[in-house]
Amino acid sequence: MTAIVANSRQERWWNSRTAHRFMNHHLALLGMVMIAILTLACVLGPYVLPYDSLYIDLRARFAPPFTGHHYMGTDPLGRDLAARLFMAGRVSLLVGFSAMLLSTLIGTLVGVLAGYRGGWIGTTLMRTVDGFLSFPSIFLVLALAAALKPSPMMITVVIAATSWMEVARIVEAEVRSLREREFVQAGRMLGLSGTHIMFREILPNAVGPIIVAATLTVARAILMEAYISFLGYGIQPPLPSWGNMLNGAQQYLGTAPWLAIIPGAAITIAVTSFNFIGDGLRDALDVRGDHS
Amino acid sequence: MRGFLLNRLSQSLVLLLIVSVIGFVVLNLIPGGPLAQFGLDPSMTQDDLNRLKEQLGLNRPLWMQYLDWAWRLVQGDWGHSFRDGAPVLDVIGRHLVATLLLMGSSTVIAIAVGTWIGIRGATHRYSVFDYLATVGAMVALSIPTFWFGLVGIYVFSLRLGWLPAGNMYTIGDGSVLNHIHHLIMPSIVLALVHVAIWSRYMRTATLDVISQEFVKTARAKGLSERRILMKHVVGNALLPMITLAGMQLPSVLTGALVTETVFTWPGMGRLFLDSLGYSDYPVVMGLLMFSAILVVLCNLIADIVVAIIDPRIRLS
Repeated sequence: MTAIVANSRQERWWNSRTAHRFMNHHLALLGMVMIAILTLACVLGPYVLPYDSLYIDLRARFAPPFTGHHYMGTDPLGRDLAARLFMAGRVSLLVGFSAMLLSTLIGTLVGVLAGYRGGWIGTTLMRTVDGFLSFPSIFLVLALAAALKPSPMMITVVIAATSWMEVARIVEAEVRSLREREFVQAGRMLGLSGTHIMFREILPNAVGPIIVAATLTVARAILMEAYISFLGYGIQPPLPSWGNMLNGAQQYLGTAPWLAIIPGAAITIAVTSFNFIGDGLRDALDVRGDHS
Repeated sequence: MRGFLLNRLSQSLVLLLIVSVIGFVVLNLIPGGPLAQFGLDPSMTQDDLNRLKEQLGLNRPLWMQYLDWAWRLVQGDWGHSFRDGAPVLDVIGRHLVATLLLMGSSTVIAIAVGTWIGIRGATHRYSVFDYLATVGAMVALSIPTFWFGLVGIYVFSLRLGWLPAGNMYTIGDGSVLNHIHHLIMPSIVLALVHVAIWSRYMRTATLDVISQEFVKTARAKGLSERRILMKHVVGNALLPMITLAGMQLPSVLTGALVTETVFTWPGMGRLFLDSLGYSDYPVVMGLLMFSAILVVLCNLIADIVVAIIDPRIRLS
């Protein structure tokens, strides 16, 4: 780990072995390309398409894909599915990404503290992690989402509050193994503060595993948002998200299957891409890992 | 063995304690807290609410309320459903069988298919099969369970008409065959993610076992590859999978909730969503605690089973 970080500081990063290994990971590259395309489509799509995502046209209800300029068809209110899909993508990707940032932050703080301090603080923190992991995540998320106000911000917080444990576990294990290394002891001898040693000396050496875990957390957060929005407790209409676009789709499965198939495919593509990227980063950064 | 058991049991007790604290925090986050039921009733005045608060001891310090709540949990007094006044544990019990049936059959599918894929991937490492299984597992992990269910319904119920689109049985036909017919699609949908996870772990476990000395010895004895695989490798590789099965339980329960919703399967997951819809918080809280306790207990049982089979673990 230290070797890689030192290495990449000396050379330009795109020439480093890490970058080369990542570029040789075809699936990860595919994932990067797909995410880039999806993000571009979601950012630019609504400006390019001829219809607004909220424009209701009752004469054009349930139009199948490729009817006129409705490239993906329309929904039960005659709104253009493509326009809604891209607007929804903004929300879903943003919620997934923000939830990842927040949960990585919580997980890293808990993990560093538990791993460095150890003792009863470490034990209590890690037992709390186990406690959270004992709940089936969706039960916890739904109970919280139903209890609190369902704004996109709150959904993000709820998802983050129930997905920081993996990162905490990874960071704790990493920090615990780094704690006894010479450079940390040297830091202690120099009289550096505990906070300085934890965050300035140890943490930079645990960045690899954190990046990998964070990438996989984006995938999981997008899925979780889709689950709870599908069940009606996530992002609330008229704000579209990939999950809530599927919310009413089941009843039209026989007459308008594209309502269910298209948003679900978007979720699958986004989540698969992030999982591919995470897998590539794990190989490139040489993080030993489990296969989840 | 006794030391191991005591150690593991005390760990589980501590975990249950923490789980109950988390549950209590969630309970108090619900608007109106434990009084949410009465807050919705327009004939209740603020005075009535305050009196109830007094009577139920809700103005005592939080830690006393927690002890009281936890003690009632231990005694099996989990409160009553707002909807029909039945005790929460009875309500959960009524939905337990359907969920266990679904989870059980999907676990059998996941273990059977996942084990096969994992072992084949390990014995044919870097083959086309292994590569496809690796990529396939990552894609399977990324498919939202409810969407897989919807696509399944579209293809096999609406287009082909082979399988029913929902419910546990046809009304008026309670035969075993009819139940199985309804069970096929939900259990396959629920199994998908776990086939992926199981096959990845099984591949790693098989590779670990294959590289060990006793497999070399078996080869040196001149046993056929097939016999080595069946007699020496599979059994040893499956051992750590018992622990994995316990660890996967929360994710199986999560999947079950979604699958039950899509297939209108009358299990715990549907009960949870229905209760949320009716703001039936005693049942919601009951299911939350019940599922977490179930997870802690199953993990405990899995660890004990592994320790009984494998002496290395209980001695270390």
